[in-house]
Amino acid sequence: MRELSNQNLETFKTKMMKYKKTKGPLIPILHEAQEIFGYIPLEAQQMIEEEYGIPNAFINGVISFYEMFYHEPTGEYHIGVCSGTSCHINRSKRILEELKKELGIEVHETTNDGLFTIVNVKCIGRCSEGPNLTVNNKVYSQVTVEDVSHIISEFKKS
Amino acid sequence: MNITELTKIKSDYLATNPIFNEPKNVHPLEHRIVLKNYQIINPEEIVEYISKDGYFAFSKAITMSQSEVIEMIIQSNLRGRGGVGFPTGLKWKFTLANESDEKYVICNADEGEPGTFMDRHILEGDPHSIIEGMMIAGYAIGASKGYIYVRAEYPLAAKRLQIAIDQAKDLHILGTNIFETKFSFEIEIRLGAGAFICGEETALMESIEGKRGLSRNKPPFPAENGLFGKPTVINNVETLANVPFILLHGPDKYKELGTEKSSGTKVFSLSGKIKNGGIYEVPMGITLNEIIYKLGGGMKEGSQFHFAFSGGPSGGVLREEHLHLKVDFDSLIPFDSIMGSGGIIIFDQNDCVIDTIKLFMEFNKEESCGKCTPCREGTGILFDMLDDITGGTANLDTIDALKYLGRMVQTSSLCGLGQAAPNPIFSTLRYFKDEFVKHIEHKSCSAGICTFDKVMEEE
Ligand SMILES: Cc1cc2nc3c(=O)[nH]c(=O)nc-3n(C[C@H](O)[C@H](O)[C@H](O)COP(=O)(O)O)c2cc1C
Ligand code: FES
Repeated sequence: MRELSNQNLETFKTKMMKYKKTKGPLIPILHEAQEIFGYIPLEAQQMIEEEYGIPNAFINGVISFYEMFYHEPTGEYHIGVCSGTSCHINRSKRILEELKKELGIEVHETTNDGLFTIVNVKCIGRCSEGPNLTVNNKVYSQVTVEDVSHIISEFKKS
Repeated sequence: MNITELTKIKSDYLATNPIFNEPKNVHPLEHRIVLKNYQIINPEEIVEYISKDGYFAFSKAITMSQSEVIEMIIQSNLRGRGGVGFPTGLKWKFTLANESDEKYVICNADEGEPGTFMDRHILEGDPHSIIEGMMIAGYAIGASKGYIYVRAEYPLAAKRLQIAIDQAKDLHILGTNIFETKFSFEIEIRLGAGAFICGEETALMESIEGKRGLSRNKPPFPAENGLFGKPTVINNVETLANVPFILLHGPDKYKELGTEKSSGTKVFSLSGKIKNGGIYEVPMGITLNEIIYKLGGGMKEGSQFHFAFSGGPSGGVLREEHLHLKVDFDSLIPFDSIMGSGGIIIFDQNDCVIDTIKLFMEFNKEESCGKCTPCREGTGILFDMLDDITGGTANLDTIDALKYLGRMVQTSSLCGLGQAAPNPIFSTLRYFKDEFVKHIEHKSCSAGICTFDKVMEEE
């Protein structure tokens, strides 16, 4: 589970130490934390500060700059609809509206069961196959409004 | 590893596995240099790359002097494919001239402009060509370390690049004393984290250094003061993928393709209301008509050509009357458009030009790094004005205000994002002024997209 637990903190510590010889290690370390916890908890930030001497406030600033790093816990599945130009003219907004309705949440919110967070998706380089919907790294192309509930239930089951 | 061993790997492999995949969907107008191995070799097998003359360009470069390699690139007229078209050889020459104990080569694989996807295909389809291009650049300028900055939205590209790097290390193509010379080179992959601005070269460097991706003031340019303060060459994926060809076949052969000032080929990515969207590599100077009606197979069923956008949120609109124009780095500029990185989106009668530039401005506003005021505040206000137009709350003065603020943002922003953000507004005002007037005066949208419901909210 992607959550704040002692076990995950241990895992993070090991992973974080891999970057001792890396120049400019912060972004790769934040990716590790995001992957392990589903967000970047204060505890992890403090560990980075202790090991690497990067001030906590600075780390916070970096986290807030990048779309893919989160301050708060996020769902198991990051689900979103591409808002790029080509997807937009294939009416991607309607897909996003349907997604919000189905999950009962807005962009950047997480469902109560902790399963889904709706994220912003910008062009993912599959513009000739849009509209595109993504769930973590999985891409669904030429999605219709009707597909949305099927895709969601696929992940509810697994 | 040395040239004899490389030749042996190639001939052994060809003797036992002489069959490669047939290239798929190659249009007769295409001429493939960058995509020569695309869908033909297995990108996860270095021997297949070697069998297609892979790493022979590097093995040739390393027998030449650094200046000779650079001279070849200068002679070829290769210009950067990341958007601006700066001469690649000159960039390398400046970086070679700056002495330093450490220098860097960066491959810019952050491709984030909506509608642009050629770099993804190159990275996924032929990752070794990028590595070889970077090694040649590294040798030419005297760098021993390279970074590939890949956007996190391209996990398959990152995976294949890592496999390619590992395989090259195993064969001692990357490492220390490569090809029994004094040259050493290693490559590290860095993942982006969803910030479009990190495609801007200095913001990208800040990001590798572990900071917020804020653009730096230029000068100093990266050739002098780049990554970690050291002289740095940064090139786009497609630029680097052209380099091995130039080394192997010579600049004259390369210049046979394309136009006088834009030599070689360009990979275009087509999308929108077109039949055959996708990527196509053609000589520079192909016309928009050929791009849309030959490569793209024409408009989709039920769609009529309305307008096209080239250069994404930094680019300009193109109308029917422009379709005879040749596309290269310079020829669209007099018409307030650019080739940019080669992403072309086609729109039909159901798409509104003002809704489109509003979407672009929303993108620019959200992706502005926020360091300089004109871009951070200006893109937001420009967006609000466009939103007034589609929302029905604008008046004709809004057009003057758009122009006034647009010029200000263009001329006073720190980096290319802000400097180019108003471009779509100016080109649209030039070619679709009637559409602005119609929206403002009659609250009517030709495409029937704009809802003009901002009025109702305020009443
Ligand atoms: C906002 C912004 C985004 C950019 N994004 C990219 C990008 O994703 N990929 C790229 O190669 N160049 C991008 N560029 C251009 C780079 O700053 C730089 O010019 C380029 O990497 C140089 O390589 P080249 O000379 O091979 O084109 C961007 C520029 C700006 C202003
Ligand atoms: S615009 Fe949606 S994938 Fe490019």
